[in-house]
Amino acid sequence: MNAFKYAALAVLAAVPLFGIGNYPLHLLIQVLLWGYIYTSWSLMGRLGLVSFGHGAFMGIGAYGVVMLWNHYGISPWLGAVAAMVATALTAAVIGYPCFRFKIVGHYFALVTLALSEVARLLIVALRDQTGGSLGATPNSDLHAGATASVAALQFTDKRVWFYIVFAVWLGGLWIWRVMDRSMGRIALQAISEEEEAAASIGIHVTRAKLQVTVVSALMTCVGGILYAQYQLYINPDTVSGIAISLQMVFGVIAGGMFVRLGPTVGAAFTLLLAEGLRYWFGNKYPALDSTLYGMMLVLFIIFMPKGILGAATEGWRRASGATAPARV
Amino acid sequence: MDVFDIYLLEAVLNGLLLGGLLALLSLGLNLIFGVIDVVWICYAELIMCGMYAVYYLYVQYHWPLLLAMPSAIAIVALLGVILHQFVIRPVLGAEPINQLLVTGGVLFFLQAAATLAFGIDFKNLGVALPSISVGEMSFSASRLLAFAVALAGMVGMYLFLKRSYLGTAIRAISQDRAIMPLMGVNPTRIFLITSALGGALAGLAACLLVLQYDIHPAIGLSFGPITFLICVLGGLGNMLGGFIAAFLFAQFISVGGYFFHLEWGYVFAFVFFIAVMFWRPRGILDGN
Repeated sequence: MNAFKYAALAVLAAVPLFGIGNYPLHLLIQVLLWGYIYTSWSLMGRLGLVSFGHGAFMGIGAYGVVMLWNHYGISPWLGAVAAMVATALTAAVIGYPCFRFKIVGHYFALVTLALSEVARLLIVALRDQTGGSLGATPNSDLHAGATASVAALQFTDKRVWFYIVFAVWLGGLWIWRVMDRSMGRIALQAISEEEEAAASIGIHVTRAKLQVTVVSALMTCVGGILYAQYQLYINPDTVSGIAISLQMVFGVIAGGMFVRLGPTVGAAFTLLLAEGLRYWFGNKYPALDSTLYGMMLVLFIIFMPKGILGAATEGWRRASGATAPARV
Repeated sequence: MDVFDIYLLEAVLNGLLLGGLLALLSLGLNLIFGVIDVVWICYAELIMCGMYAVYYLYVQYHWPLLLAMPSAIAIVALLGVILHQFVIRPVLGAEPINQLLVTGGVLFFLQAAATLAFGIDFKNLGVALPSISVGEMSFSASRLLAFAVALAGMVGMYLFLKRSYLGTAIRAISQDRAIMPLMGVNPTRIFLITSALGGALAGLAACLLVLQYDIHPAIGLSFGPITFLICVLGGLGNMLGGFIAAFLFAQFISVGGYFFHLEWGYVFAFVFFIAVMFWRPRGILDGN
């Protein structure tokens, strides 16, 4: 099994070397980038912490770095550090009282929803600095003919981006595993299912939740930074607010949030669905993909709440005769 | 700055008018949550459907406005029933968060379907009510009307819940979901009626909003979040709390928007919301 996994990774890593076109490469980068962001979200989601606030963390990353670069000429590498500090503070300031006062379920979702709306509105309100709803573009640091500027984190070669995003995505999956091992699956599940009981057997619930939240927020912030530097264009609605937060949640649901590759499968599924429909129908029906997507989400939640990969692994386990645990 | 600024007074009074409308918005959502224990994340999208219904019946099919509006209310009430029957009912036994997310899927669907069916351009009813001047202040008549109708709708809902047999059954179910079926109340029927009522309230809000705002597929996103936050601030399912929270929020938006820019009014309102959540996590009226 392990050999198979590493072989698959090696093939994936070699894909750009075969000179596939720019468009397939672009799709691959998008899948990995969003797969990484959805993975970050799932770290909390699978503990029952459904956050609609991740749009705020992504927005802090994207806008923080681009604003520091455009207005003060601060390199995105330093900007990233600043944005991550700001993200960790925001996550802690929102998370600590939520967990301390046991704001859970609907209430947690809606408090975090307010957070991502605050981020979006602030970006719009500070339009003199951020460009408001029109969005912002990082100033180019690529002088005459240059294709790369490491200091400005700008690369025209998509292959460079592929390897950056690939590495970050792998890092996200690694964090997922480290978290599983360090806290122990049982402790994590105990918190999500029976908070009082978890506390009574000595799990520090508030601290455990806060750790997960800060890690998840930081990872999402990095995702926002990469998004901004790769797309070279951001606007308040694509990196913050309720819409992007919902997009994360639903991508995860489509793929399945209780298996490690589920969020990535969700990202691939939603992206290929959108691109496929655009390919078949052209731009004649601009919202057809989202319409079908919305309908599928509803069907997924009703009939396949564990997502594509979640349902697939469960089915595979059952077929192979192994005794599947009652809850995965 | 002079505190007794006449324009500040105008902002406060306009905030009061907005508060009535927001209170009506939160009432439907609170009713649904109180009885069925589900948050309709797509509530504002139902309102969007109602606005399109008024627009098409009135502008496209030339129905008189006073017929188009009740029809739109009926259509949204029907949408509420459909939503409950085909989307909420299958997940009633599922985890609460799935119930929240499934209506989020409906939000996506309705918004995209509206884009597909009606296009993204802004549509306007073309009915302009005059503005009324009091001294140096001016108020739009559509806002005053919305305020009056919203208050009337809320009083009507209160009387229905307190005085009628059906209303009593609805309140009973919301107080104890487990025991009422044993007392001969049929929860399935009550849930469907409540969904129709919630839909009708969304339809009523749509009729009032369509007089003030242009219609477009994403309009739900501009007042959906604020409606949820008002409900949470007042305590989910607590109609009186929602009522008070609506007026508080409206003042933040209106007066904050007066001193700064409109978005800042919203920013203040949302930050206020987050702060209050830490102080009273179960809503402003919660004693504990």
